[in-house]
Amino acid sequence: MYRYDDFDHRFVDERVAQYRDQVRRRLAGQLTEDEFKPLRLMNGLYLQMHAYMLRIAIPYGAFDSAKMRKLAHITRKYDRGYGHFTTRQNLQLNWIKLEDTPDILAELASVEMHAIQTSGNSFRNTTTDPFAGVAHDEIEDPRPYAEILRQWSTLHPEFSFLPRKFKIAVSASTEDRAAVKMHDVGLYLRRNDKGEVGFEVMAGGGLGRTPLLSHTIKPFVARRDLLSYLEAVLRVYNQYGRRDNIYKARIKILVQSLGAKKFAEEVEAEWLASDREAAALPDNYVREIASAFALPAYDNTPVDEAAFKRDAAANPAFARWLRRNTFGHKSSNHAVVTISLKPVGETPGDCSADQMDLVADLADELSFGEIRAAYEQNLVLPHVRRDALFGLWKRLEAAGLGTANIGQITDIICCPGMDYCSLATARSIPIAQDLARHMAAKEEAIGTFNIKISGCINACGHHHLGHIGILGVDKNGEEVYQITLGGDAGNNAAVGTIIGPALKSDAVTGGIDTLIDVYLKLRQDGERFPDTYRRIGAKPFKEALYAVA
Amino acid sequence: MLLLEDGTLREDGWHHVADDEAIPASGDITVSFTRWKEVGATLNGRSGKLGLRLDNTTAPADVAPDLSHFQLIVLNFPKFTDGRAYSQARLLRTRHGYKGELRAGGNVLRDQLLFMRRCGFNSFIVGERAVKEDWAKAFGEFDVFYQTAQDGRPWVMRQRLNAAP
Ligand code: SF4
Repeated sequence: MYRYDDFDHRFVDERVAQYRDQVRRRLAGQLTEDEFKPLRLMNGLYLQMHAYMLRIAIPYGAFDSAKMRKLAHITRKYDRGYGHFTTRQNLQLNWIKLEDTPDILAELASVEMHAIQTSGNSFRNTTTDPFAGVAHDEIEDPRPYAEILRQWSTLHPEFSFLPRKFKIAVSASTEDRAAVKMHDVGLYLRRNDKGEVGFEVMAGGGLGRTPLLSHTIKPFVARRDLLSYLEAVLRVYNQYGRRDNIYKARIKILVQSLGAKKFAEEVEAEWLASDREAAALPDNYVREIASAFALPAYDNTPVDEAAFKRDAAANPAFARWLRRNTFGHKSSNHAVVTISLKPVGETPGDCSADQMDLVADLADELSFGEIRAAYEQNLVLPHVRRDALFGLWKRLEAAGLGTANIGQITDIICCPGMDYCSLATARSIPIAQDLARHMAAKEEAIGTFNIKISGCINACGHHHLGHIGILGVDKNGEEVYQITLGGDAGNNAAVGTIIGPALKSDAVTGGIDTLIDVYLKLRQDGERFPDTYRRIGAKPFKEALYAVA
Repeated sequence: MLLLEDGTLREDGWHHVADDEAIPASGDITVSFTRWKEVGATLNGRSGKLGLRLDNTTAPADVAPDLSHFQLIVLNFPKFTDGRAYSQARLLRTRHGYKGELRAGGNVLRDQLLFMRRCGFNSFIVGERAVKEDWAKAFGEFDVFYQTAQDGRPWVMRQRLNAAP
């Protein structure tokens, strides 16, 4: 994985010093709160319901045991001993004191981490496939490009005060595991007929009040031109994106109002007129960055398949975990393991300091120290030998991290909602907890299923993309929940449609249960929920839901 | 109003003529783009330097043919969070080859100065709260940059490539 060189180290140190001085000036009254706010936001510090919340970047979700231990230490020393992994491959700490933040950032810098631009109207953390580098269906490792983008988008002099936040996602596999189409800019790594690497560039995706999926604005941008082309996209957006209305300020609204074709033409004209050489990305530079991501030296002694099968046959719970939580690795002796942060009845995405330490230990012993954070709010050990899986599973089980539910109905994506977030219009965590408890027994029968919950229209819980999405809203002082059906992330991304009037909080679990029953009754073999929904439409679901409500 | 130019604070010697104000016969003045379009040609004979004030919705390309008339261009930040003028500045400097003084006006704060300078601004209307040392320090907070920009400072990709064996 990428290691900071002297430049990167000096940069984060300078950033910490700058921020320390900003906090000093704020505390001395030289900066008003209005002036300080965007500065702290550019370092990931929000003012929330109860305290400051610090959002720490895990660039493209890739980190390691030393970083994880540092995070555990920070949650113990400056917070309440746990953190929350978010849908942006970040970690949020909810109980932070302003005075402590410069020290926390200094601690992060010591392990090559930061909280730069995890908030504010600029580039956010670039996200990618949590299986990057090891997925069996990958064209090329996307992490070097994500790292190049991380650096390029950090304190960009021209684009640090955009109309609104700006999120970029990269995917380099047949299967899109990064929800690329819901991003302001999405990049699909492609190879042209000459075998050269480039990117299909998508623009104009985003959730929130107006959920829109992105459009292809250029089918192939050579990698040499990646940065200059993105600068052109950003320059068009910076000049013409709306700034009069926060809900219309994302690039998706600009793309929608101009039309994707016209927008693409504007970008193309800007790009052709720009100095493309100045920001050209030379092959040898990409190679140099990519060398940091070389795969580790695997032990390739063949796995004892008989023993492996025996363990699985003798332990149905292990077999189930294998089925749900492991994914095909480039090396046939290895597996990619997802550690569920969705134990039934707990807060989705939360992880205690002790669990963080354990995952760090396991990563050191079994996964070359590497860890990933997935946008589904789970953790990943990317290189585990298959003959170590049984032992790994037992240790995870013992620590409450062995839940075998990846991609299942209890693997709920859920934002913090009103329990923490000051923007929330309703609670989301208790809804997720209750649903998971209720659905756990049926989980196997249901199969692949995504429920996604947001506590307000900002849609941090991606509810629009859930097979079933749940949005908490406030109706005359009461928390009620709008249900959307048929959403999908990934290659077949789709925005769900609202089924009808919102449900009261105590009717949500029962209502979803009814919808699931309709699905189980009417699905044809192998059909996932969105497929069934597209085939039969909303009517049967609507009739069942509102007949009982 | 104080003006900071490459680390020094001084008074602004320019007279910024309002659109409904008569144009003085001498002295250094700036006019809005609207005024320039109305009376541009008549300003050529007067003594004193000429500057242009652009609002942040005017495309630099629209001004490009006239740039040779101006020794100063003032770009506006109505709020410091409104970053359109950063792009205007870069376009004026690169695409349109403007070499004169490029000034940031409006809500110009210390913590944005470095960004502005990197985009090609070389003077700043900074308001009365400016403390000289503090503002000057704003330029020196970083010496590592991840992007190529207008101030000609070395940037990391180039530095790495140059350092490579
Ligand atoms: S969706 Fe709303 S409530 Fe949930 S975390 Fe985002 S802003 Fe907060």
